[in-house]
Amino acid sequence: MSEIIEHSITDQQDAKRLDTSLQFLSFTLGQEEYGVDILRVQEIRSWEPVSRIPNVPAYEKGVVNLRGAIVPIIDLRERFQLGHSDYSPLTVVVVLQARMADKTRIIGVVVDSVSDVVDVNKKSIQSAPNFGAKVSTEFINGLVSVNGRMVMLLDVDKLLKLDGLDGEDES
Amino acid sequence: MSIDMAQFHQVFFEESFEGLDAMESGLLNLDLGDVNVEDINTIFRAAHSIKGGSGTFGFTAVSDFTHVMETLLDEMRDGRRKITQPAVDVLLGSVDCLRDMLQSIQNGSEVDQSDVAEHKLALDSELNNAVPNIPSAGKQTAKASEVLSADDVKQIAGWVIAFSPHLHLLKTGNEPVRMFRELASLGKLTTTADLQGVPNLYDLDPEECHLSWKLEVSGDIPETEIDEIFDWVEDDCDLAKQPIYKTSTSSTQAEVSADIAIKPVTNSVAREISAEFTSTEESEANAVDRKNGKKEDAKAAPKGSSSIRVDTSKIDTLINMVGELVITQSMLSLLGEHFELNKLDQLKNGLSQLERHTRELQESVMNIRMLPISFVFSRFPRLAHDISSKLGKKIELKLVGENTEVDKTVVELLSDPLVHLVRNSLDHGIEMPDVRLAAGKPETGTVTLEAYHRGGNIVIEVTDDGKGLDKDKLRAKAIEKGLIDPDAILSDKQTYELIFMPGFSTAEKLTDISGRGVGMDVVRRNIQALGGNIEILSELGKGSTISIHLPLTLAILDGQSIAVGDETYILPLGSIIESLHVKEDRLNRVAGKGETFLLRGQYLPIIRMHQIFNVPTAKTTKLTEGLIVVVEGQGLRCGLFVDDLLGQQQVVIKSLEANYRRIEGVSGATILGDGSVALILDIPGLVRLSNQ
Amino acid sequence: MATILAVDDSASMRQMVAFTLKGAGYNVVEAVDGADALNKAKAQAFDCVVTDVNMPNKDGIELIRDLRALPNYKFTPMLMLTTEAGTDKKQQGKDAGATGWIVKPFNPDQLLKTIKKVMG
Repeated sequence: MSEIIEHSITDQQDAKRLDTSLQFLSFTLGQEEYGVDILRVQEIRSWEPVSRIPNVPAYEKGVVNLRGAIVPIIDLRERFQLGHSDYSPLTVVVVLQARMADKTRIIGVVVDSVSDVVDVNKKSIQSAPNFGAKVSTEFINGLVSVNGRMVMLLDVDKLLKLDGLDGEDES
Repeated sequence: MSIDMAQFHQVFFEESFEGLDAMESGLLNLDLGDVNVEDINTIFRAAHSIKGGSGTFGFTAVSDFTHVMETLLDEMRDGRRKITQPAVDVLLGSVDCLRDMLQSIQNGSEVDQSDVAEHKLALDSELNNAVPNIPSAGKQTAKASEVLSADDVKQIAGWVIAFSPHLHLLKTGNEPVRMFRELASLGKLTTTADLQGVPNLYDLDPEECHLSWKLEVSGDIPETEIDEIFDWVEDDCDLAKQPIYKTSTSSTQAEVSADIAIKPVTNSVAREISAEFTSTEESEANAVDRKNGKKEDAKAAPKGSSSIRVDTSKIDTLINMVGELVITQSMLSLLGEHFELNKLDQLKNGLSQLERHTRELQESVMNIRMLPISFVFSRFPRLAHDISSKLGKKIELKLVGENTEVDKTVVELLSDPLVHLVRNSLDHGIEMPDVRLAAGKPETGTVTLEAYHRGGNIVIEVTDDGKGLDKDKLRAKAIEKGLIDPDAILSDKQTYELIFMPGFSTAEKLTDISGRGVGMDVVRRNIQALGGNIEILSELGKGSTISIHLPLTLAILDGQSIAVGDETYILPLGSIIESLHVKEDRLNRVAGKGETFLLRGQYLPIIRMHQIFNVPTAKTTKLTEGLIVVVEGQGLRCGLFVDDLLGQQQVVIKSLEANYRRIEGVSGATILGDGSVALILDIPGLVRLSNQ
Repeated sequence: MATILAVDDSASMRQMVAFTLKGAGYNVVEAVDGADALNKAKAQAFDCVVTDVNMPNKDGIELIRDLRALPNYKFTPMLMLTTEAGTDKKQQGKDAGATGWIVKPFNPDQLLKTIKKVMG
């Protein structure tokens, strides 16, 4: 199953949403709930076998062929050290568009399950103190409460940086 | 209406660069002893076009510069000036200068004014030689304007014009009515036709003009405007005009005599009128020019975009193929809609058709990026000419196979390495004329650049009949530099290839022609980065040949699939020397130096693919049970220990770095038939990995 | 609407002339040299010819001479585009039957003005 959300990232669209609301896609990793800006989500796919890449961190599972493009798949659970879980037909890969300088990179992240697309008022987003969450607050844009649950909003662009995929390292 | 001229600039630049190339090759090929008029004409026309275009599009500096070149060439083509070698050299230098000027303007950078001034000076001094002083047109201009101003003192209220066209006027495409229309736009016009000259009906030739007119136009109209209207027909008519001046009395007509005798306009008057007009017209044109020039030169010219000229026939072929592809696709689509098992054969046919069309389309598209290698070769005649005269050597450059087609990227990346190789041949290969004669060779040395296709590769060879490579000297030098062991055994080929080792140079001093640290090692590295390789053949005293092999296209690779456990990797076919099962007695394990195996007298390092790529599912880790694939990359040879060789196929190279990262030992990725991704291996990277 | 034949071996000049004239509502056919122009003129009746002088494969002056020999081009306006400031080329052109000339470099407005002059 693969759902493609048709849109493209433009500054215009970002500007359009101005001050009022933010839409994000929420997903679960273990016990915790996260969200990513809906505009950064290209599609949602079920897990498919990847082609292994040698000598990379274990959470970089490999690459897949996405309609002709070579796209890396990253297990966020493992990345955030939440422990590995086995992949099943229910395992979901969220394909994200991350922006770096003037380049857009496409990466897929393995998550446990995908919940809803949630609309929140920007004003209700709180900043994230370092309260000992398992995930570093470096790339968390903020926290928001949805129906009594706490959702941590991830900054997709920073996620790329975190994974060292910005090309700035490499011996 | 104002038109944005900038839209024509790109075309102008392109055709100007082509024109400059034509000028350059024309000048180089001129046989001074027996000049072909048509050749000189071609060179002149190129300069003339550039001058015209640059003037029209507002590049005044270019126009002025080219004007001097054009003048020189004009005199040469008319036979008024002898074509001498110094003149040709000055023109060649000017072509370079002009090229630089246009490039600067095109990419919006500063024009080197001192360079321009220098060449202009050279052109001017060449122009001033051997040609008698002609009174410049400027003098006539001054005189004419004096005449003009004298008449301006009184204010003009109108003109009376006697206009008598010659019989043939109509046959020049000029039409009296249009002239009258123009006059009428200047002021109130009255015309009186004189039918005296009209013959009777039988003698009347309708194609001839038998009428003449008296025209009166009122208004404060300068004489120049009247002249402008009749400018084109001054030789084809008799024209007499008289101004009507304003006086204190309101009636001006009374001053003018009722009938004005139609006086045939004499030649001298005609010339004076034409000189007046010419000067006015020129100054007008110059004023426009200056205004345009200021506007255009001030704002940066649009940057040159990367473009490619494609033969329209290639595009037509492409369109046809896409058409066929669409047909096959709709056929398959239709088949799929109501598919039944009995239609299986049709499906198979359709799919194989699809495969064929797709392959053909792929070939066609790659073909579009193909350019004839003449694009690379074209700069060499000039290079050879300049270097040979600089060094005092006699050199003939031969180009063979200029039509051989290569991918555009190859053309771009091959230029510099080739220049270096040719310079080497010219500088170090070909001997001085006296040395050659003493050796029993012809005084003129020959350097041949040849290109041809062979087996999916393009081969480019630089051959010279110079002094060749001295194996002993090379070997001695390498030992001296510590690049090889004193007792190393090297084949001839390997000895010659010492030249490619970094830090190697047998030139006693680095001349500025081929030196400056651009070594052969850099050349080889550049060529290998393109997926190619380079070899040297030589014979002492006879000459050398350097061969470059490059894949025809860069985005497609001939690949050999290898299996390491469950993983499939692709090796570039060109990097594979051979594959073998190695026996225990050929293996050598040295503590601290890794594993090596013996192949034809040489010990090559073994790289365990399962180890460096961490493949847990490797079939075997015993060297004698797996396969050793001997590969070469960037001069390094080694044996890859793998499980199996799979098939060979052409693969499309896809970037791993676009979305992901660069992986050591991997040059790219490809998508296999089953949709999975296979990594394409990079030999030097693998070696580096194994050394860690 | 009137159709003009524009002849010049320089593509940028040709394009500029064609663009200018088309913008004013004329139909324009381009030719790359004198020989090309003559062929086109034989196949189609043009209302006006604008030609460069210096071209390979038949220059502008020879073209005009050849065109004037064709029965339907006896009275057609033919203009030379010339950078030659001297009267030489102009005279040669006139002798060949040219209607008039436009001096290069010219700007589009000058071109239009001159064309309107001969075409009406």
